[in-house]
Amino acid sequence: MSGSQEKLKPSSSELDLDRPNIEDYLPSGASIQEPHGKLRLSDVLDISPILTEAAGAIVDDSFTRCFKSNPPEPWNWNVYLFPLWCFGVVFRYLILFPARAIVLTIGWIIFLSCFIPVHFLLEGNDALRKKLERVLVELICSFFVASWTGVVKYHGPRPSMRPKQVFVANHTSMIDFIILEQMTAFAVIMQKHPGWVGLLQSTILESVGCIWFNRSEAKDREIVAKKLRDHSQGADNNPLLIFPEGTCVNNQYSVMFKKGAFELGCTVCPIAIKYNKIFVDAFWNSRKQSFTIHLLQLMTSWAVVCDVWYLEPQNLRPGETPIEFAERVRDIISVRAGLKKVPWDGYLKYSLPSPKHRERKQQSFAESVLRRLEEK
Amino acid sequence: MGNSSSMLTQYDIEEVQEHSQRLFSQQEIVSLYQRFCQLDRNAKGFISADEFLSVPEFAMNPLSQRLLKMVDGLNFKDFVAFLSAFTAKASVQQKIKLIFKVYDSDDNGKVSFNDILEVLRDLSGSFISDKQREQVLTQLLKEAGYSKDSYLTLEDFVKVLGSSGLKMEVEVPVD
Repeated sequence: MSGSQEKLKPSSSELDLDRPNIEDYLPSGASIQEPHGKLRLSDVLDISPILTEAAGAIVDDSFTRCFKSNPPEPWNWNVYLFPLWCFGVVFRYLILFPARAIVLTIGWIIFLSCFIPVHFLLEGNDALRKKLERVLVELICSFFVASWTGVVKYHGPRPSMRPKQVFVANHTSMIDFIILEQMTAFAVIMQKHPGWVGLLQSTILESVGCIWFNRSEAKDREIVAKKLRDHSQGADNNPLLIFPEGTCVNNQYSVMFKKGAFELGCTVCPIAIKYNKIFVDAFWNSRKQSFTIHLLQLMTSWAVVCDVWYLEPQNLRPGETPIEFAERVRDIISVRAGLKKVPWDGYLKYSLPSPKHRERKQQSFAESVLRRLEEK
Repeated sequence: MGNSSSMLTQYDIEEVQEHSQRLFSQQEIVSLYQRFCQLDRNAKGFISADEFLSVPEFAMNPLSQRLLKMVDGLNFKDFVAFLSAFTAKASVQQKIKLIFKVYDSDDNGKVSFNDILEVLRDLSGSFISDKQREQVLTQLLKEAGYSKDSYLTLEDFVKVLGSSGLKMEVEVPVD
């Protein structure tokens, strides 16, 4: 049992009070036809539609599909290719990996030897310090990207530092943030992690203005919403980057966007990120591996190839609710990055669905029974 | 079947096929094994209750707790045997038997008035009062020729459900 696995609890109802109706998206399965006619014993005993739905979910469901790792197709399946592949493995692990580790170490040394002095010596001169720290963070991210031989193609106009705008992107791994950060020093909102990642978060990333949240705390949501609002209003804060899915998804699907980023009264600039699966599966399956192992896996693969599209900024249209806005932006990103949309809340990875959904099914069953009781 | 490998041998597939009355094709069994390994996160050889509940579509189902009792802790062979009732080739008798098992929670071969009431409660929740449920059920039983104190057996279920064109099928995706 991995250390991060906790018993699933039902999500607090405030988390999904404003979710659109999942039933509108889900296939209606066997219970399509409304039963008619006088109610008989067989109608009550016949639970086959409900059992069919449950068995269907056991056999395949669109939520689990979102979090399935998709390793690149093995190509070492014949006697000619196998030695070539072996050579490749040797090259990757014994030549590429040490070279990359050295590059990364050099990068860290340069970074720390500049960052620490700047951070402490320029304590009074905030504007200059911020500017330098921004450049340094972009630098260390470039080193990280180089350490996986990241080949990133950026499309579209680079983000500009303007107030009242937030950037949203689809989320596949924490490296999304690094890839975006090497181009522009964003202030990102992230889950607070334990271990060395958490240390980096609380020291270096603080300097670019990152905001932390804690998924497991219910009240946390309001505090974070306030922090988001305050940050986005500030003129010289770094542009805010939000991953509205709330969790890492496997770059084939997109789960529902949380509306938090879309009700700040700002322009939303969508960013789509698509990794090329042939080289490596960049999905960080946090259930299966820690971030350290994930990074090591990246550092021992050939390259991380991806496309980043900076898409046209969107504003809330008159008469549009934040949820509709979120869905519209999700659509824009999913089309650009070739992702299939599923109607699930990413947080269902960590908690059970709210009892509201079961109640809705119960209600429709009850109404059908009572209605048919009246019929003669 | 090794518990750490994700590969089935031909012998394994045939064994599982025999155990589920040859209702699944070999390709479907391979697909089901991939699914089984996906749900069984730490390769224990069975899927635990909370791993089933991590499928939101399953957790939302009103009968999920009852089904959990039947599938919790099953190894792969029994998992496939359980799902075999949902194939198109399975007989109506087999499907009705599974429905009967869902009702007969104490597994004594008889379904009482209270057993049916409890399933009805799972299905309708707080949207019908207990009293109304009892009334409806008593009336329906009477119309079908049973009384409140009758115990329904599998034969009774077959008699009531057998003629209603029962459709209970799930397709296994095969890539």
